[in-house]
Amino acid sequence: MIHVESLTKCYGKLHAVNGISFDIRRGEVLGLLGPNGAGKTTTLRMLTGYLAPTSGTIRIGDLTPDRDLVGIKKKIGYLPESAPLYKDMLVHDYLLFAAGIREMEREARLSRMKELARLCGIDGIMHRTIGELSRGLKQRAGIASAMISDPEILILDEPTAGLDPNQVAEIRDIIRDAGREKTVILSTHILSEAEATCNRIMIIDRGRIVADDATIALTQAAGGRAVIHLELGKADPDAVAALLGTVEGVETVEHGEGGGQGLFRCRLLCRAVPGLRERIYGKIRETDWVLTEFHQETQTLETIFRELTREA
Amino acid sequence: MRALQIFSKELRDYFVSPIAYIVISVFLLVTGWFFFSPFFIFDQASLRDFFNLLPPVFSFIIPAMTMRLFSEEFNTGSYEILETLPVNGRDIVLGKFLAVAALVAALLVPTLSYAVSVSFLGDLDWGPVAGGYIGALFLGGAYGAIGLFASSLTKNQIVAFIIGAALCFALTLVNKMVFFFPASVASVLGFLGADAHFQNIARGVLDSRDLLYFVSIMFLGLYGTSAVLEARK
Repeated sequence: MIHVESLTKCYGKLHAVNGISFDIRRGEVLGLLGPNGAGKTTTLRMLTGYLAPTSGTIRIGDLTPDRDLVGIKKKIGYLPESAPLYKDMLVHDYLLFAAGIREMEREARLSRMKELARLCGIDGIMHRTIGELSRGLKQRAGIASAMISDPEILILDEPTAGLDPNQVAEIRDIIRDAGREKTVILSTHILSEAEATCNRIMIIDRGRIVADDATIALTQAAGGRAVIHLELGKADPDAVAALLGTVEGVETVEHGEGGGQGLFRCRLLCRAVPGLRERIYGKIRETDWVLTEFHQETQTLETIFRELTREA
Repeated sequence: MRALQIFSKELRDYFVSPIAYIVISVFLLVTGWFFFSPFFIFDQASLRDFFNLLPPVFSFIIPAMTMRLFSEEFNTGSYEILETLPVNGRDIVLGKFLAVAALVAALLVPTLSYAVSVSFLGDLDWGPVAGGYIGALFLGGAYGAIGLFASSLTKNQIVAFIIGAALCFALTLVNKMVFFFPASVASVLGFLGADAHFQNIARGVLDSRDLLYFVSIMFLGLYGTSAVLEARK
C-alpha cells in the first residue's frame, strides 16, 4: 500500500528525517511514536505531499509523487496537528468545500456528510462556526473532513493532543472505527495512545526509526519485567524483605517512600512470571500483616521508549 | 474545476466577512470625494478625473484585499490542509486570483452611478467610459496578481500589504520619474509604468500593447506566486 525507501528531509544542515524506510500494508493502523522534534510531522508531511523529500522515494499504491501527486492526494485524507480548519466557515460549509474539491457527486456529498456526522458525533454542530468550537469538537470536524471522500488512507498528526480524557476516548473510538476499513497512520508522543489504537508501532527518534513492530510484540518485549507496590500495616521491614524475597519471580525488595503511621511501603522488582501476584498475596495471607495497598506498575512500552530515545 | 471551488470559497469569504463591504465603502468614499469635489470647477462632463484616480487608489486598496489570501492561511496552518487536498498549486493560485478579480469588478459596479449622474449633467462620451472600465479591470487584475504574490511571500498580513502596496505604487509612479534617468533607461521605464498604459485604454484606445502589458504583469505575478508556493516544499 505505502512503500517508503531511504526517505530524507534536510532543513539546512539539520536532518529532520534521516533515511527511513518502511512498508505499510492495507488495513494497518500504524502509530508513529517519538519525542517532540523526532521527525514525525515531517514524515507525515512528505507522505501527504505537503513537503518534497530531499531524497528517497515514496510510492503509494502504484503512484509516485513526481508522476501523479494529485492522484496520491486523492487517496489520502490528512488532518494536520491541531486541526487548522478555516475558522470563519460553518462545519457544514467546510465539509461541502472539502467534498467539492475532492470532486464528489452532489448527492453523494450530502449522504456522506450525514454518515460522517453520525460516525464522528458532529450532528449537533453542523451549523456552528468552526472558530467557536471546543478543541475536541474541532478535532472531530477535522477528522470528518479528512474522511469525506472515504479515502483509502487516513493520516492524522497528533489527533489527541490537547484534548481532555473524555475527548481523547471519543477520538480513539472514531479512529478505531475508521481503522476497520482503512489504512490509518497517526503520530503521537503519548505511548498509551499508540498502544490503545494501533496494531503496529514505529518509534522514531532524531529522524531515524529505532523500533518498528506489531504493538503486541513490542509490549511483550517490554513486559518482561514487573514492579509491584505494596503497603502493609503491622509489618517489620526486614521480615517483609525476608519473606517476600523467597517468592518465585521476586528479585529485590526495595523500601518505598511514604508510609508512616505504622504503615510500611515497598517495591518489589520482579520478573514477569505467571501467577506472580497470586503467590505474593498468598504469602502475605500467611502473616498477620494488614494489606492496605497492592498494585502492579504498568511497566510496558514506557521502558522501551525511554531506552530507545534517551539522549546519547 | 477545482479552481472554481477555491474561487467560490474565497469570494464567499469576502462577502460573508466585513472585508468586501469595508473595502468597497472606503473605495467609494475616496474616489467619490476626490472625483466630485473638483468636478463642478472643471465643468466637463467626463469621467477622466475618476479614472486618473484609479492607479494610485488601487495601489492601496488591492493589496489590502489580497494580503490575507496566502498569509492568513500560512499563519493559521490551514494552507497545509488546502495543499494536501487533491489540487495543484496552479488551481489554488488561479482560484484565489479569480476571487480578487471578481471583487475588483464588484468594487467598480457602484461607480457606474458616477457615469450615469454625469451623463445627466452633460453630453458624456461613452467610448472612453467603456475603455476606462475595461482598463480598470485589467489594472485591477495586474495589481491583484502582484498583491497575491506579495501575500505568498510571508505569513504576516501587514508585511504582505506593505510589499504589495510598494510594488503597485512603484509601477504606478515609475513613468512619472523617468526624467531622473538617462534617455535610454527612460524609454524602458516609461514602458514599465502601469499608469500610462492604463491612461491609453481609458482614453478609449484599445491598443494590444497596453493589454499585453497588463496580461504580462498578471502572468508574472501568478507565475511568481506558484514558484514561491513550490519553493516552500
